Amino acid sequence: MKVLMFGWEFPPHISGGLGTASYGLTKGMSKIPGMQIKFVVPKAYGDEDQSRMRIVGANDIEISKKLINYESFLREIEYIQINSKIVPYTDPDEYYHAVKEAKKEGRSFIYTNFRGKLPFTGKYGADLYHEIANYAVVASELAEEGDFDVIHAHDWLTFPAGIAAKRVSGKPLVIHVHATDFDRSGGSVNPAVFDIEMKGMRIADKIVAVSNLTRNTIIEKYGIDPEKVVTVHNAVEPLEEAEKLILKRNINDKIVTFLGRVTLQKGPEYFVEAAYKVLQKMDNVRFVMAGSGELLNRMIIRAASLRIADKFHFTGFLKGDDVYRMFSISDVYVMPSVSEPFGISPLEAMQSNVPVIISHQSGVSEVLQYAMKVDFWDIDAMADAIYGLLNYSALSDMFKSHGKEEVENMKWENSALKVNEVYQSVVK
Amino acid sequence: MRTICLYFQIHQPFRFRRYRFFDIGGEHYYYDDYMNESILRKVADKCYLPANAVMLDLIKKYEGKFKIAFSISGTAIDQFELYAPEVIESFRKLAKTGCVEFLSETYSHSLASLSNREEFEKQVLKHKAKIIELFGVEPAVFRNTELIYSDEIGSMVADMGYKAMITEGAKHVLGWKSPNYLYFNALNPKLKVLLKNFKLSDDIAFRFSNKSWSEYPLTAEKFVSWIKAIDKNEETVNLFMDYETFGERQKKDTGIFDFLKAFPAMVFKNTKFKFSTPSEVVQALQPVAAVHVPHAISWADEERDLTAWLGNELQWQAFAKLYEMQEKVKQANDPKLFKDFEYFQVSDHFYYMSTKFFSDGEVHSYYNPYDSPYEAFINYMNILSDFEIRLNSILSQDCSVEVQRLSKLLQEKEQLIIKYADQLNKDDGYNKPNVKKAVKKEKTKTASVEKPIKKSASGKIVETTKKASEKPKAKNVAGNTVKK
Repeated sequence: MKVLMFGWEFPPHISGGLGTASYGLTKGMSKIPGMQIKFVVPKAYGDEDQSRMRIVGANDIEISKKLINYESFLREIEYIQINSKIVPYTDPDEYYHAVKEAKKEGRSFIYTNFRGKLPFTGKYGADLYHEIANYAVVASELAEEGDFDVIHAHDWLTFPAGIAAKRVSGKPLVIHVHATDFDRSGGSVNPAVFDIEMKGMRIADKIVAVSNLTRNTIIEKYGIDPEKVVTVHNAVEPLEEAEKLILKRNINDKIVTFLGRVTLQKGPEYFVEAAYKVLQKMDNVRFVMAGSGELLNRMIIRAASLRIADKFHFTGFLKGDDVYRMFSISDVYVMPSVSEPFGISPLEAMQSNVPVIISHQSGVSEVLQYAMKVDFWDIDAMADAIYGLLNYSALSDMFKSHGKEEVENMKWENSALKVNEVYQSVVK
Repeated sequence: MRTICLYFQIHQPFRFRRYRFFDIGGEHYYYDDYMNESILRKVADKCYLPANAVMLDLIKKYEGKFKIAFSISGTAIDQFELYAPEVIESFRKLAKTGCVEFLSETYSHSLASLSNREEFEKQVLKHKAKIIELFGVEPAVFRNTELIYSDEIGSMVADMGYKAMITEGAKHVLGWKSPNYLYFNALNPKLKVLLKNFKLSDDIAFRFSNKSWSEYPLTAEKFVSWIKAIDKNEETVNLFMDYETFGERQKKDTGIFDFLKAFPAMVFKNTKFKFSTPSEVVQALQPVAAVHVPHAISWADEERDLTAWLGNELQWQAFAKLYEMQEKVKQANDPKLFKDFEYFQVSDHFYYMSTKFFSDGEVHSYYNPYDSPYEAFINYMNILSDFEIRLNSILSQDCSVEVQRLSKLLQEKEQLIIKYADQLNKDDGYNKPNVKKAVKKEKTKTASVEKPIKKSASGKIVETTKKASEKPKAKNVAGNTVKK
C-alpha cells in the first residue's frame, strides 16, 4: 500500500495536537509491512525525523508550469478574506508577527522564490488561505508524478490538496478529521472553513474521525452518511526514559494544573471557578494555568477579582520538556474542554503519573476508564473531583497505578491498523 | 421428601444525594429523598405489590401447599414505612397465612459480618426485633447480606442461636458436590446450611427474558421438567433470588407473572415435589456433609466472592474508614448519628464503587445513582468526613466534662499523697533528718549534673536518695493508676 499523505505540520515544528497525532499515526503505520507513506508538509526544514518516511517539502517542488491550474484552485476558495477569528492553533505572539509580516511585504497573490518554488511558512497565520491554495497546486503536481494507491489528508487545511490530488490521479481519498470548525469556534462557525470542510467530506471516499464525538458532529452538522465515517481513536507515544524529567518541588502545596491554549474551546474559565471553590475549603493547594491564548487576560483578571491570585499562577505557553516538568510536579491535571475532538494531553499527564479530570465533551473520555469525567460546565462536580483526588489517597493511588497501565495499552500501532482497514475498504 | 425452597430478597438502600466537599461541616443531611421515594414507589407498584398479590393468591389457591420465604432489609422496611406503608400491609397479609417465613439479616444490609462482630450482632438483633414487631414471628433462619458466607460467619451466626443459614451454592466451593442437599457448617455442625441452586435460580432471575439464550422462551412447563430431571436422590431445590426479579428486572410484559402463576401448578401436576420454607427443610432433611468455606462467598457476579463490594482500593479505604469510626459512634451515643452510621453501612454504597463493571456491566448499573465508581467514592468519603466532624464535636464536648472530672480526681489524689508522705515522716521519726539531707544532696547534684556524677563519691549519694524516695514514689504510681 502506497499512501500520499497531506499534513500541515510535523515534529518538531508543531503548534497543536494535529502534528502530534499525524506523527504518531504515520509512525504506527510504518510498522505495517508493505506500507509506504509519502508525507507532504508545506515546508520541510530538514530537521524532521526522516527515518520512517520520506518527507516531501512542498516548497521543493517547482510549480511554475502549473500557474494555470493554480488559478483554478484559487477560485475554489477565492472569496475567503483573511479573518483573525478563524486562524487555528496560533499562539498570540506568532499571530502578531504573521500579520505584521504580511502587511510589510504587501503580500497578496502567490509568492514564489527565484527558482519558481513556493516558499511556505508552514505555520498557521495570516496568509493561511493562500498557503492552502498553494498547497493544493503542489498536491496536483505530486499526484501527477507520484505512484500511490490512496490519498490521505489531515484536517481542513489539507482538504483542498487532497481533493486536487484525487482529481488529477483518480485515486481514492481518505480524509482524517482531527477537529471541526464547530469545535474550534465554539459554535459560531466560519462559513469559509465550513465550506472547505464540507467539500472535503463530500468528495472523500471515507472519513476517519478521531472520536465518536467528532463522528457525530460530522454526521449531524455536515450531513454526511454515517456509513462513510469511521472512528479511529488517537493514541499516545510511549514516554522514553530520558523524557521523564523530574522537577524538584520547592513548595509543599498540592498543585492542580490546566495545560492548553487559553481559548473558548478549552474552557479555562471553568477551571478558575472550580479553583475558587476548592480554595474556600483548602489552603495547601495551588492552581496553575499553563498556556496562552485570547482569554488569558480575562482569566488573570478573574483570578484577581476572586482574590485567589496568590494561589493561582499563570506560566504562559509551555513547550517540549517544560510540559513534562509541569506534569512532574502536578497532583491533578484538569482538562475542562467545552469541545475536544480527542485531547491527547490527559494521556501525557497519565504517563507522568498524574491523575486526570476530563470533560465528558472530549473524545478521549470515550477511551479512558481511570479518569474522572465531568461536564465542562459543572463547576461543582469539577471542584469536588479535584478535592476528592487531593484528599482521598485511595482514588489518586488507583488512578496513578491503573491509569498508567491503561495509557500504555493505547498504541498508535492499533490505530494504524484500523486506518489500514479503511484504506483496504476504499482501494479496489 | 423432595422439596422446592423459594426465597426472595427485598432490599432498598437509602441513596445519598450529591454531597459536595463544600457541604462538609455545614450540611448534615445526606440522602436524596426524591430519588429514594420515586424509586421505591416505582418498584412497589411494579414489583412488591403485584408480586405479593400473586403470592397471596397462590397460597390461597393451593391451600397452604405453596410456601415461600422472604428477607426484608431494615432499610427497605424503613422506606416502606416512609413511602409505601401499603407494602408492609401486604406482607402482613402474607405473614398471616402461615405459609411465609421471614428470615433474619443485618438491619442495614451491611457488610458488618466481615469487619466487626459487635456491630454485626447489634444489627441482627435490631432487625430481629423489627420483624417480630411487624409480623409477630421470630426468625429462626439467617440470611447474610448478598448471601455472604464463610465458616467463621456461620459459626458466629450459630452462636447467636440460629439453626440454619442460607448461602450461594458456589461452584468453587462445592466442586463435584450438588447444592441440592442440606449441609452443615464446618466449625459448628449445629448450624445447617442451605445452598442456592444458582443454575436454576439464575435461569429465572437473569436469563428469563434474554432472547439470545438458547432456552428462550422459558415456560413453567420447561422449567419444571428440568427440576423433574434432577437426580432422584437429591432432596431440595433451593431457588433464591431478588424479589425485584418479578416485574422490575424482568418486566411484566416478559410474562414473568404468568410464569410465576403457572409454576406451582406445573410442579404439583408433573412432579412429586412439594414446597417448603427454609425452616421446614432444616426440620425435614438430614444434613449430608459439612460445607467448607474458608474464604467468604456471595451470590454476586461470576466469581461469587466479595470483589463486588471489597475488590478495589477505593472500596477498601472507604470500608476501613467507616469501621474505624465504630468505637467513636458508640461513645457518642447519639440516636441521629446511630441512624446515619447504619445507613452508611448499606452494602450498595460499596457496590457503586466497584470498577468491575468495566468488564461485566449491567447488574451493577441497576438504580446506580452515580456515573462512575469514582464519583460514588468521593461522595461517600465527603459524607464520612462530615460525619466525623459531627462525631468529634460531640465527643469533644463529652471530653471536656471528662477532663474536669479527672482533674478533680487528680487533685484529691495529690492531697492524699501529701498526707501519706507526712505520715511516713512521722512514723520513721529517726529517719527524718536523713531523708531531708538526701533530698538536699540530690538537689545539689542535679544542679551541677553530668560532670560530678562520674566522680567516685556520688555513687553512694545516689543510692541513699533512691531508698529514701522509694515509698512516696510507690504511692504516687498507685495514684496514677487509679486516675487512669
